[in-house]
Amino acid sequence: MTDTLTPVLTDSWDTERAWTLPAYESRGGYGALRKALGMEPGAIVEAVKESGLRGRGGAGFPTGMKWSFIPQDNPKPKYLVVNADESEPGTCKDIPLMMANPHVLVEGVIISSFAIRANKAFIYIRGEVLHVIRRVQAAVAEAYAAGHLGQDIHGSGYDLDVIVHAGAGAYICGEETALLEGLEGRRGQPRLRPPFPAVAGLYASPTVINNVESIASVPSIIEHGHEWFASMGTEKSKGYGIFSLSGHVANPGQFEAPLGITLRELIDLAGGIRDGHQLKFWTPGGSSTPLLTDEHLDVPLDFEGVAGVGSMLGTRALQIFDETTCVVRATLRWTEFYKHESCGKCTPCREGTWWLVQVLSRLEQGVGSESDLDLLLDQCDNIAGRSFCALADGAAAPIQSSIKFFRDEYIAHLTHGGCPFDPAASTLFATSGALA
Amino acid sequence: MTQVDDKTYAELEQIAARYPEPRSGLLPMLHLVQSAHGRITPEGIEACADILGISAADVSGVATFYTMYKRRPVGDYHVGVCTNTLCAVMGGDAIFSRLKDHLDVGNDETTPDGKITLEHIECNAACDYAPVMMVNWEFMDNQTPESATQLVDDLRSGNEVRSTRGPRIVTWRQAERVLAGYPDGLVDEGPAAGPASLVGLRLARENDWKAPDSPGLETGAGAPSSTSEAEEGK
Ligand SMILES: Cc1cc2nc3c(=O)[nH]c(=O)nc-3n(C[C@H](O)[C@H](O)[C@H](O)COP(=O)(O)O)c2cc1C
Ligand code: SF4
Repeated sequence: MTDTLTPVLTDSWDTERAWTLPAYESRGGYGALRKALGMEPGAIVEAVKESGLRGRGGAGFPTGMKWSFIPQDNPKPKYLVVNADESEPGTCKDIPLMMANPHVLVEGVIISSFAIRANKAFIYIRGEVLHVIRRVQAAVAEAYAAGHLGQDIHGSGYDLDVIVHAGAGAYICGEETALLEGLEGRRGQPRLRPPFPAVAGLYASPTVINNVESIASVPSIIEHGHEWFASMGTEKSKGYGIFSLSGHVANPGQFEAPLGITLRELIDLAGGIRDGHQLKFWTPGGSSTPLLTDEHLDVPLDFEGVAGVGSMLGTRALQIFDETTCVVRATLRWTEFYKHESCGKCTPCREGTWWLVQVLSRLEQGVGSESDLDLLLDQCDNIAGRSFCALADGAAAPIQSSIKFFRDEYIAHLTHGGCPFDPAASTLFATSGALA
Repeated sequence: MTQVDDKTYAELEQIAARYPEPRSGLLPMLHLVQSAHGRITPEGIEACADILGISAADVSGVATFYTMYKRRPVGDYHVGVCTNTLCAVMGGDAIFSRLKDHLDVGNDETTPDGKITLEHIECNAACDYAPVMMVNWEFMDNQTPESATQLVDDLRSGNEVRSTRGPRIVTWRQAERVLAGYPDGLVDEGPAAGPASLVGLRLARENDWKAPDSPGLETGAGAPSSTSEAEEGK
């Protein structure tokens, strides 16, 4: 049996100056790189495949398989692009990871680039996290100075350059093809697929795009072996992952655990729901993953388990809300977010998210009618699955799931002539006040 | 008129030259324009267009797409309050409305002294520290209406302010320069991680929970075919 928590990526976060190269190397950092440089690139791809690592950016696509789609007979340069845009509401794992342990990402970038035979890699970090950008910039500079990057890395004949690129505020740039547009200096609007980035990505060249945590997991797989990685987790969801608990728990924070841990266990680790309150609803993996309730406390948090109850594991962004929270208010706010972030490329999403906000606001103010709920669901049907990219599916998710579980609460807004909740009761300072 | 001085122009060219295709430099170049001019200026747009060999309309189209680029002058301190669902519920809405009153400005407006631009922002990937504020894109964790008003008062009166898990706060224009790829030497300030980031790790230490031991070098990743036997023991 593996332990309840399995710190790997987070294991160094409590050490002195963890972000520096000496601190990282004193714990064996860049050992995996030396090992990898002695391997055939194809063997690294195989090892990552065998490990069962699935993308940590939300969709869970097998990482090694993605790498094997890079056509090695294509004469164009190959690129690795790290998706460090972390903007999905609730998601807060890549940012602390890059702040505390940027070198594990850099080492992962070098090994992964070597595996797919790329000589240039990009780390696309959302612009709104200044100190994290400083830490990654510095880690890359230190890696160059130590000969881990640049020409003929450690005498292997392999060359790699890494560019740290700051975004400029756009949730949609987390979508991989929109990210490529941003990286090419354009408006961040998604591209038609196919062709997939593996065939025609950055500058129409073969490109692998992976999440920060996916790439950061690679050094451990190379260092300890794919069997080691696969010994954690569940049958189809192998390895460890960072679970982020936020909201109405006593001690919100980051918990690195084997995939398959349950919310009941995690809430327990977080000291329980805040004093005197009960769990009402939660997101398993960010606001784009359908809401779940206290019925789902024992669902294994792996890709299959969460899909089995009609939601998605997503980014393991567990936003916890207690009974003081109005689900209609929560849903409206998320919907306003999707409206704001819709890139405007396709009509169902651009117009549809606008309409969703109109109808939901009326309901929230208690001036709509019950038939508006069916109207909303109908609108969701016309948006989700009919738009150009998955942002629109995400926009429908909180609405559809909140109506499914909390229809009565919507109706209560109508009978009450407005929101029956006191927003002050759900704040952090309300609790401290109540306890004092 | 705000001209692009020679140094800035040369740096804009330098940024474009970092990339296999120069246009990839546009986002950081626009950050540099903001650093130099305090906003996206027509002259800055012209300079980018000129260097990249594209039209000013193309550059403008990009600048208007991304929310961090501002057409109106930004104060010394950009103060963002997260009002996405989780932070809003945890108190972000109350903080934002208190600050609007306290500063007597609306969303995306700047105080008359040019010190503070207030904006409600979307999720900034710090949900375990809700309610979250950002000052010039540095984390200000676990805020209350009281701490938020104190914070803006300190900023306005020139007291040194530090991020709750980062460095001392620099001006918005200095921050934009780092985003353009010019480090400012503050990387070693602040801790590796804030308290919430360490909650799980502390429990693991207390309970001696660890990832499985490394099987040793001989079962390394070089031999992918021997998976199933090696896994039996675990
Ligand atoms: C609207 C939208 C936003 C996304 N945001 C992110 C993000 O911030 N970070 C991320 O890694 N993936 C994000 N994704 C998923 C990426 O498109 C892509 O699947 C992922 O980066 C692949 O990496 P992985 O296989 O390592 O998970 C987003 C997808 C969509 C549709
Ligand atoms: S679904 Fe929305 S975000 Fe995606 S391409 Fe269409 S308009 Fe843009």
